[in-house]
Amino acid sequence: MPTNFLFLEKPKARLKIRQNFYAYIFVLPAALVLGSFVLLPIVDAIFLSLHKVQLFGGIRYDFIGLHNFSYLIQDQQVGIAFRNTAQYVVMVVPTQTILALILAVTLNSAIWGQKLGLMTLFLPTVTSSTVLTLIFMWIYHPQGLLNHLLATIGLPTYNWLGDPGVALKGIMMMNIWSTAPLYMIIYLAALQSIPQMLYEAAELDGANIWEKFWHITIPHLRPVTFFVLAMGIIGTFQLFDQSYIFSGGTGGPNNATLTLVLLIYQAVFQNLQMGYGAAIACSLGLIIMVITYLHRLIFEDEKV
Amino acid sequence: MQIFQQKQLKVIAYIFLVIYAVITLIPFMWALSASFKPLGEIISQPANFLPHHPTLENYQQIFQRQPLFARWLGNSVVIATSITLLNLVFNSMAGYALSRLKFPGNRSCFFLILVILAVPLQITLIPTFLILKTLGWLNSYAGIIVPSMANATFIFMMRQFFCNFPRELEEAAALDGLSSLEIFPQIVLPLAQPALAAQAVLLFMGSWNNFLFPLMVLFDPEMFTLPLGLNSFKGEYISYWNYIMAAAMMLNLPILLIYALFNRYLIQGMTFVGNKE
Repeated sequence: MPTNFLFLEKPKARLKIRQNFYAYIFVLPAALVLGSFVLLPIVDAIFLSLHKVQLFGGIRYDFIGLHNFSYLIQDQQVGIAFRNTAQYVVMVVPTQTILALILAVTLNSAIWGQKLGLMTLFLPTVTSSTVLTLIFMWIYHPQGLLNHLLATIGLPTYNWLGDPGVALKGIMMMNIWSTAPLYMIIYLAALQSIPQMLYEAAELDGANIWEKFWHITIPHLRPVTFFVLAMGIIGTFQLFDQSYIFSGGTGGPNNATLTLVLLIYQAVFQNLQMGYGAAIACSLGLIIMVITYLHRLIFEDEKV
Repeated sequence: MQIFQQKQLKVIAYIFLVIYAVITLIPFMWALSASFKPLGEIISQPANFLPHHPTLENYQQIFQRQPLFARWLGNSVVIATSITLLNLVFNSMAGYALSRLKFPGNRSCFFLILVILAVPLQITLIPTFLILKTLGWLNSYAGIIVPSMANATFIFMMRQFFCNFPRELEEAAALDGLSSLEIFPQIVLPLAQPALAAQAVLLFMGSWNNFLFPLMVLFDPEMFTLPLGLNSFKGEYISYWNYIMAAAMMLNLPILLIYALFNRYLIQGMTFVGNKE
């Protein structure tokens, strides 16, 4: 009996080993890439943030504990970059989400021209940040289109690129304009997946268009809204391209467009402070994770 | 009464859409118009959308003044194409294994994917830069392509795709004696075409438009991608907005073509990403 058992078991075990071997072949390339260029760097970032990194004459790491972090709390540049970034997130995320919802609802109610509308509105989202930023620098030029339009309707004009009071607002307007259509698509798909039956049933009960919107549409869009807000928060906290191109990498005028990611870039390439840059990056990562966690809590809480 | 209300709302919706479509198009039209204007007309500045003296000179000039434009275009094509193709293969292989194949470590691999999705990737920039420096891959194609060859978001997407995918064909093929190594390219990949197409469009656009990572890795003008090249061109010709706009329009052309041809897949992909949660 036992021999018989072994005889049955053996090829099965060999098959299992072969299957595992194939599975590892499938996973290996992605595992190598993500392991060396995502997971290892995440751990490495924490390591770096606790060290002072000397780049010349071979890389040297001097352990300095939490010194980078205690320094960054007092660093005025970090304070400015944090305020700019936070202001940007608070202004852009709600505006682009509401705009995306309005666009999706109106586009969804359109009978003809839906495809054309979608194609047109989506243009800014497929265009690269570099091209968009250059186009807007031209529009924001002191003698540019925006000032021309403002002057025509009798509003005050600004030096959009050079005035610290408005430079960041210029970037905000541009990014609301260019990202709202992205979230519009996500809302549109969600709107189209709401069963039409629900609306018909509500109509039979005599619900008007607003009642249907508040009691059917809005509750169904909850999960998507959660996602859109989360993506928006993560995306806006990482503002870099537009600030860099607008200011030529300085974050000017007068630090008005300095963001946290731009500061990380400057720490590495202008000041060669790898450890300090990593400390700012880790702090930014932590802020984003805490906020997205709180965001999830709030959404789950309301569900009950 | 209600019908009347609905009609009214429809009209308001259309008016709103048309106005917003115009707001969307104006910046592009304005840039396009500047790219056909001589410098004199750009500076004198009445806001005329149609150039008085339309000219192609700006487009000729940018190639004469910056001979590297063709090189940048080539770099962008090589980099974006390689990243897209390698990702398609590696992401779908990993996604397939995670959803279909039972092996020790499957669950921990999936857990690590979720961890990566939760961590903001800006954290990895400096360490990745140092790793590339150690490998001697700074300022090279490998330095840009290799770290971007696989992507956790799309592995996750492919895993979900295969989880919702009928197994019968694969099981039949397995009964015929085919191994996973044969089933995957012969049976699974052809059936996964819609998911692959959506992924390909998103990946290509993402790497074509990427700015920060190439900015950190590539510093020799010969190695620049188009966004980097365009940014440096702007630095050199800052008051020649006619040239800058012509160059910007050139950079955008390939992506607009891809968008015109494949927008269906792009929208599918976006919708999928949106339904992830």
